[in-house]
Amino acid sequence: MKNEIHPFQVVVYEGAGARPWESSCRLSVTATLLDQGYSVRHVSGAESAARATPVSEAYPVLVLGAFEDSTPEVVDPAGKVTITTRNTGGLDAEAIVEMVATVREEQGSGLNRPGENGAWKPWFPVIDYDRCTNCMQCLSFCLFDVYGVDEEQKIQVQNNDNCKTNCPACSRVCPEVAIMFPKYQSGPINGEPVKQEDVERESMKVDITSLLGGDIYSSLRTRSDKAKSRFSKERSPDKALNERKKCLTKLQQSGIIPEEVLAELDLSSLPSPEEIQRKAEQMAKLTGDK
Amino acid sequence: MSAPTTKILYCRCAFAKVVPDGVKNEVLEGLCASGRDFDTVSDLCEMAARRDERLKTLLDGDTPVRIAACYPRAVKWLFHQGGAPFPDEASVEVLNMREDDAPDILDRLTEPDPPATGS
Repeated sequence: MKNEIHPFQVVVYEGAGARPWESSCRLSVTATLLDQGYSVRHVSGAESAARATPVSEAYPVLVLGAFEDSTPEVVDPAGKVTITTRNTGGLDAEAIVEMVATVREEQGSGLNRPGENGAWKPWFPVIDYDRCTNCMQCLSFCLFDVYGVDEEQKIQVQNNDNCKTNCPACSRVCPEVAIMFPKYQSGPINGEPVKQEDVERESMKVDITSLLGGDIYSSLRTRSDKAKSRFSKERSPDKALNERKKCLTKLQQSGIIPEEVLAELDLSSLPSPEEIQRKAEQMAKLTGDK
Repeated sequence: MSAPTTKILYCRCAFAKVVPDGVKNEVLEGLCASGRDFDTVSDLCEMAARRDERLKTLLDGDTPVRIAACYPRAVKWLFHQGGAPFPDEASVEVLNMREDDAPDILDRLTEPDPPATGS
C-alpha cells in the first residue's frame, strides 16, 4: 500500500452498564468518524448473541460508552485483541471525536483519511468473474502491472496501488464488460447491471480489433516479436521517452484514457523498456498457452 | 416478537462523491435512531484494497447480512477481491444507495426477520 495503515475498530457501546447516547450525538459521532476513515460498530446488547459479529484479531479495539460506574477494563481472554475503553459520560460529540483521535495517536495507528493530502483514493479495477472469460486483454493493455495471474493462470488484480486514479481505460477495452471501477460515475463501469447494448458495443470493438489484426492472440504474439526487435533499438532513454509521448498522445486522442489522467501522468514513472519487454514475453507465453 | 438476527452493514463511501449525500445521511440517521445494532465502515473499496480482515468477520457465521452500499454487482466482487467472497448470495442482500431512495433502503435494512419456523 502507498500508505501504512493500521486502523482500529471503534465500538459504541450502549448496553447494560452504560447509558444510551443522545440520538443526535450518536449520529454526529458516527458520521464524523466515518468521514475521517474509521469503522464504527454500534452495540446495544439488545440483540441476540447469535447476531454478534466477532472483532477481527488484526486490529485493536476502542470501546466508547457512557458507563454508569467506573470505566470497565476489558481484556480479550485469548490475548489477541488489544481493547481500550473510554468513558464518554458528559462529553459532547466533538469531544468524543477528539478523544478517538487521541487514542489512535497514542496507539500509533495510521489512518487513510479521505480528502487529506497524501491519502490514497481507493481506485482500482474489480473483476466480475461471472462475466470474465480470462481473455487477458486487460493484462495486455495495462502498462502498470495492475493485473497478473494466479497459479492457475487466472486473471486477477494483483497490484491495485499501481492503478492510475480516475483512469478506467482497462474496463473500456474489456470485451465482456467484466471490469468495474465502483467509484466511477457512470455505468456499466461503476457496477450497474450490464445491458445488452453494453455487450454489443464491446463486441464492435472486438470486431474492429479482428479487422485490424486478424486473430487477436496471433496479433499479440506478432506484437511481442516486434516489441523485442524495437526494444533492442530503443536503448536511448530520450528516444524511448519520445515514443511513449507519441503513444500517450494517441491514447489521448482515442478518448480511452481521460485527459486529466494523462495530464497527471509522470512519464518517468512508466515502465522501463525492459519491464515492457518482460511483460510482452509473459503475454506471449500466456496467449501461446491458450 | 423474535429478536432480529440479520446483521446490518453500512458503507459511507467516504473516499468518493458517488453516493448522494442526502441518501447516505438519511440512511445513517435512520439506523442511529433504530435501536438496532449495526456496523459501519468508512469505505468498502478501501477495505477491499487492503484485504481488510474485517470483511471476513462481517460475513462470518450463518447470520444473514444486509449491506447498504452501492451496486450489488460491484459490492459482491469487491468482497471477493478483498478475500471475503459472499458465502452464498441468498444470505447477503445489497441495497443500493446510489439508485434507491433512503426510506426504502432503511425499511429493508431494519425489517424484522420472519419468525423462525420450528421443524
